[in-house]
Amino acid sequence: MHHLISILSKPDNVPIVLMLVLTIFYTWHSMSKASKNDRQGSPEEAMLSDKVQVWPYLVKVEFLAALLVMAILTVWSITLNAPLEAPANPSLTPNPSKAPWYFLGLQEILVYFDPWIAGVTIPTLIIVGLCAIPYIDINQKGNGYYTFRERRFAILTFCFGFLVLWVSLIVLGTFFRGPGWNLFMPWEEWDTHRVVSLTNVDWSELFGVPTRRVDDSLNPAAMAIGTVTILAWFSLGFIFYFWKKKSDVIRKLGPLRYSIVAGLFLIMTALPVKIILRLTLNIKYILVTPWFNI
Amino acid sequence: MLGILDTLREKMQKTEVYKSVFRHNYQDTQRNRALQIVDNVFLHLHPVRITRHATNIGFTWGMGGITFLLFIVLTVTGVILMFYYRPAAEYAYDDMKYLMNDVAFGPLMRNMHRWAAHAMVITVMLHMFRVFLTGSYKAPRQFNWVVGVILLTLTLFLSFTGYLLPWDQLAIWAVTVGTNMARATPLLGSEGPFGPELGMKINNDVRFVLLGGTQVGPPTLLRFYVLHCIFLPLVGSTLMIVHFWRIRKDGGISGPDPDAKKN
Repeated sequence: MHHLISILSKPDNVPIVLMLVLTIFYTWHSMSKASKNDRQGSPEEAMLSDKVQVWPYLVKVEFLAALLVMAILTVWSITLNAPLEAPANPSLTPNPSKAPWYFLGLQEILVYFDPWIAGVTIPTLIIVGLCAIPYIDINQKGNGYYTFRERRFAILTFCFGFLVLWVSLIVLGTFFRGPGWNLFMPWEEWDTHRVVSLTNVDWSELFGVPTRRVDDSLNPAAMAIGTVTILAWFSLGFIFYFWKKKSDVIRKLGPLRYSIVAGLFLIMTALPVKIILRLTLNIKYILVTPWFNI
Repeated sequence: MLGILDTLREKMQKTEVYKSVFRHNYQDTQRNRALQIVDNVFLHLHPVRITRHATNIGFTWGMGGITFLLFIVLTVTGVILMFYYRPAAEYAYDDMKYLMNDVAFGPLMRNMHRWAAHAMVITVMLHMFRVFLTGSYKAPRQFNWVVGVILLTLTLFLSFTGYLLPWDQLAIWAVTVGTNMARATPLLGSEGPFGPELGMKINNDVRFVLLGGTQVGPPTLLRFYVLHCIFLPLVGSTLMIVHFWRIRKDGGISGPDPDAKKN
């Protein structure tokens, strides 16, 4: 137990606790506002559409918010010192070595993917995907008020990405990962000598096809199985397209926007699929090629 | 006694100096409330009148404004810290020790800088969350969302580059873990897909450019310092101007379309 308290009270972990509390509160707050609006049929915000003067009605709120934030920040800064450890020493690697807390979700994904995916491709796709949102969400409803019913798919997808894949993985990386990036319960003492023997297998080996042949060269049959699996995953997008071709949403999206939506969505959902495959079946790679592994 | 003060105030308000500074008096009239905003270079970021729901903290969460406030706090405390800090490997850590132990209010300034930075990462994420949930990225605000995403990325980069500057174990290893990813960049990294085929080596790939060497060392400290104190704040401020200006141009904070039929 004292270990849990020592992780929680590490000065640099205080922001994570703060983020967790605020995220849970605001998720609840916005969803209760949304369900109220949905029940009423017209958004609450529409009833407050009369104009007021910025001085004092808005400036007052801003001033009080600034005062409150500065008060909290001052107390926080007086009571808690920013960490300053031993001087930098390139020849002494701490175990575990952790990235700054907001990147711990990405560091956690490194367990399941090679660095070119977890460290480069996924962050790039997050940024590109976020930028693309306004242009691929063609639903004109739900602009400027809280609602859930009018934008179910958009809200569920975003919340899945933000709450599950971003916030929860940061919490996992901070509180559940110890020396050797091994899984420790938060109340467990970190044992630097713990060795976890994992016999990871590749996807094709589940079907009895080894990744490498006896002479250590790559087995083309294994590569074929991997390629087919990945193509099959992305072909879900095509199947859905031809299945729902007549629906309003897909007609309005058009083929280009649909393929961007489907591509980003399938890449995002592939992430937890690979995580589950690793945790349950010890799958290391789906596809091994001479240049990259997935 | 109070009578004297009143006369004094009235006299003062009639002087040329006072009138040149404050262009209007402070009687509570509609006109003065409007002038209070329009005649002030900082406040005139706001329109004179806004819809009532935009003043509701339950709707806006105030996260965008708090992010901007924290940016100002970070600028002020950051400038103060710069007086005591030299971005060279020989001095950096000793300067931190000096700051934490011998400089009056040094620890307070440093703590405030660090906690405000962490808080800013949180508020900027929550701001994005709120803007998404109210659908505020929809027309006509699509591009402002994109500017916001870039500002979010810049916030993370600012925080990350600042993380190295204390030059302690925490700093160099966190940054080592983070920048090791760069060598796996497809095409541009020495260990990324098709990187070696394109001639990428440990001493000429994208990570080398970022670090100014093959590992996190003194050149990295200087690079991150310049990025942290000059380059990123300048780019960020410029984009913030665009971000705020576009909010005004797009009709202020988003709200339900007043012309839409209520169903």
